[in-house]
Amino acid sequence: MGRYLFHRTWQSLVTLVLASVVVFLGVRALPGDPALALAGEEATPEQLAAVRADLGLDQSLPVQYGRYVGNLLRGDLGESVRTGQPVADLVATTLPVTAWLSLYAMVVAVVLGVGAGVVAAVRRGRWQEWAVSSTSVLLLSVPSFWIGILAVLVLAVWLGLFPASGYVSPLEDPLRALWHLTMPAFVLGTAISAVVMRQTRASMLETLSADYVRTARAKGLSPRRVLGRYALRNSLVVVVTVIGLQLGGLISGAVVTERIFGLPGLGRLTLDAVFTRDYAVIQAVVVLVTAFYVVINLAVDALYSLLDPRVRVEA
Amino acid sequence: MSHVAGGAGPDDRPGGPVGHALGRGVEGAGEAFRALRARIAGSSPGTTDGDVEPAPEKVFGPPLLEVRGLTVTYRTGADEVPAVQDVDLLVREGERVAVVGESGSGKSTTAAALIGLLPGSGRVAAGTISFAGEDVTHASPARLQQLRGREVGLVPQDPMSNLNPVMRVGAQVEEVLRAHGLASGRRARERAVELLGHAGIPDAARRARAYPHEFSGGMRQRVLIAIALACEPRLLVADEPTSALDVTVQRQILDHLEHLTESTGTSMLLVTHDLGLAADRADTVVVMSKGRVVERGPAAQLLTDPQHEYTRRLVAAAPSVGAARATVRAQAREAPVAGRRHDRGDGVPVLRVEDVTKTYRVRGRGNGDLTAVDGVSLVVPAGTTTAVVGESGSGKTTLARMVLGLEEPTSGRLLVGDDVVGEARGARRRAVRRAMQPVFQDPYASLDPTMSVERLVDEPLRVFDEGDRASRRRRVGELLDQVSLPRDAAQRRPAELSGGQRQRVAIARALAVEPRLVVLDEAVSALDVLVQDQVLELLHELQRELGVAYLFITHDLAVVRQVAHAVAVMRRGRLVEHGTTDAIMGDPQEDYTRELLAAIPGAEFYAARAG
Repeated sequence: MGRYLFHRTWQSLVTLVLASVVVFLGVRALPGDPALALAGEEATPEQLAAVRADLGLDQSLPVQYGRYVGNLLRGDLGESVRTGQPVADLVATTLPVTAWLSLYAMVVAVVLGVGAGVVAAVRRGRWQEWAVSSTSVLLLSVPSFWIGILAVLVLAVWLGLFPASGYVSPLEDPLRALWHLTMPAFVLGTAISAVVMRQTRASMLETLSADYVRTARAKGLSPRRVLGRYALRNSLVVVVTVIGLQLGGLISGAVVTERIFGLPGLGRLTLDAVFTRDYAVIQAVVVLVTAFYVVINLAVDALYSLLDPRVRVEA
Repeated sequence: MSHVAGGAGPDDRPGGPVGHALGRGVEGAGEAFRALRARIAGSSPGTTDGDVEPAPEKVFGPPLLEVRGLTVTYRTGADEVPAVQDVDLLVREGERVAVVGESGSGKSTTAAALIGLLPGSGRVAAGTISFAGEDVTHASPARLQQLRGREVGLVPQDPMSNLNPVMRVGAQVEEVLRAHGLASGRRARERAVELLGHAGIPDAARRARAYPHEFSGGMRQRVLIAIALACEPRLLVADEPTSALDVTVQRQILDHLEHLTESTGTSMLLVTHDLGLAADRADTVVVMSKGRVVERGPAAQLLTDPQHEYTRRLVAAAPSVGAARATVRAQAREAPVAGRRHDRGDGVPVLRVEDVTKTYRVRGRGNGDLTAVDGVSLVVPAGTTTAVVGESGSGKTTLARMVLGLEEPTSGRLLVGDDVVGEARGARRRAVRRAMQPVFQDPYASLDPTMSVERLVDEPLRVFDEGDRASRRRRVGELLDQVSLPRDAAQRRPAELSGGQRQRVAIARALAVEPRLVVLDEAVSALDVLVQDQVLELLHELQRELGVAYLFITHDLAVVRQVAHAVAVMRRGRLVEHGTTDAIMGDPQEDYTRELLAAIPGAEFYAARAG
């Protein structure tokens, strides 16, 4: 098990390095000149050159990359071309918002998705399965921004149950934070829960017809135990994979959701940066998201080996 | 006689020889079987309706399981299709009853109905099931839950798929004890280890902490036996408990199961497709066909003097020692076949395996390589059959794959005719490939389900650019005739054919390009015994007609008797013994071969009867 995780961690590091190269080159390949954007349309060539030198844009690519990685390792993400603020500060204030939102959304997605999936599998062919399946189709096919806008309109504006926008950190006031985050988290989470539900249902149907489940019943075990220890436990490996993949997608989902609910998160920061060609911020966000993906993958792999003893032998 | 469940008594039997009804198509077999039966009955041929010695009187207790008029149906669409009809069954305290039948006979459905675990849409449509005097036909789920595991234990068929892969085996034994309140906490853990030990798991205390994937098939079946017997149930339902296991392992497991049930007086309902196994292990045998019981009686009587037509066919087809001995003799006498269509008549053996070794590099194995095949040499003369016998892991399939050129030997060489497999290039290479054709084990998996039978059989012809459309179509028709498939089967797809028919398609396909050697890798292992018998018969006829040679890879020594001229016994990659079928079967020189022979289900029965 130790060796397995070591192996996976090593692979993850390689992925990160490759990702930083791609991000670095990718941003350079974007159309538009940041120096021009910064100095303004009426700047003289001398002024432009000065700005370029200031940003290090006049040097060769490898040198630029070296400097970039060096800074990255020191935690220096550069300065926002637009506001002049250190990117690290910008990220530090926005990341927690997105992290809390994602975490909450994930809990919603897993609880709803796995729960509904189990119900749909156990109640196969009855009205419960029909209800769960049609709801999931609905959630998958309706764009979440539309659900978000509808939620704001109905729950916030008409009924006044939740605030239409704003954010409070859970560390300051957990209850108020919950109040603020519930609507965005459900909008973000239910879309994912539909995918999780479908996977859980399919996987459960398979394990429920497995020989060992029949044998478990022949042992005289209670239905609850057969369902939990046998069917669900064996379904989880597949479900965890899907959850891991969806977790990565949360970030892009957060961009839209944060916009709708006016949350000062990473998503909104990214959106603003893209519109103003704020290289340093875009780079930082993309590297961060990549790292997040890699860590999630690592966590999923670690979970595999906890869930399935057969994985531990390999590697 | 104490056999209440017995069918016709000795006096009801029709007079005269019964042997003719056993006609197998192979000359001599019926005769030999008559002789054998006569010997068993202790009288001369033709007067078999003498006394069949009754089995040693065994006194059973009161009825434990009584099934009356059981009918089970499955819903398909709007219809209720009966799978089991009007079945009566009686198991008394201490009695071992075997239910024998082919797939689809309803034997497993019957067993499942008894423990209330019918799959899907199955339901008991009529009849009663009573257990120890209590009518449990429509017992509540809660009551059934109490009975299962506690009063009725189940040993399922496939040990590979019946243990929870994510749970330690010890815990899987413990939880039965806990579920029925027989032990808890540390006591349950200790008892589980004890039970695993009794079931024959060495070093049980340590192994209890292991997961199922760390056990071999045989060891997993022992775990399942420990689970089934954990609560000392009064009835054990064993549904094909050893069908997935190697023959020597099968024997150990059955011996052990017998020992355990006997020591506790547990009754057993044994479901099996293997008549020989039933004869060895049961007091009473019930034969099922198409959902109905066709015959029942004491094991010995039923095997030596079957009354129902179906039972007779089963007995005749059972590839058990005695029944088959004559067949191979009859067949072997005709060999070697010379001057037939595919024999070049130059005396060059169709296949020569010369000191072939195959090693695989195994990742993560400290001491390096795995030797799958180790210095094997053998010769297959044209027009004859050589059987390669061995258990799983013996290297027999690797050998077959090397013959077919699918694997390269690490050292040594294989010659088809005069050409070295893998060395020939260009046209020669195509000729070598063409000279040998495979038939694989699983007729469900080895035929492309999207292709029609015509395309399947036609494919090798197209690959080797044989003839034009019209001539190929004619050839497919011919081939279908040869393998006794109706011509209109050409337009069907594999899914519309039975297992036996599919294997006929695979054989037709192999024969399409007139190979000199057909490599049959467990080609009849997945088939029911009657179908298996027909396919073996077909192979035999084709050999006589076409002079094609067979390399017959199998784990089943009983089948070998029926088909092979020569036998090669493999174990752990090595050739243990190699010789004519008569020599190997009649006078095995190696302990391992003797062990394999003794482990054939039914061997004991016939040995005891004939001896």
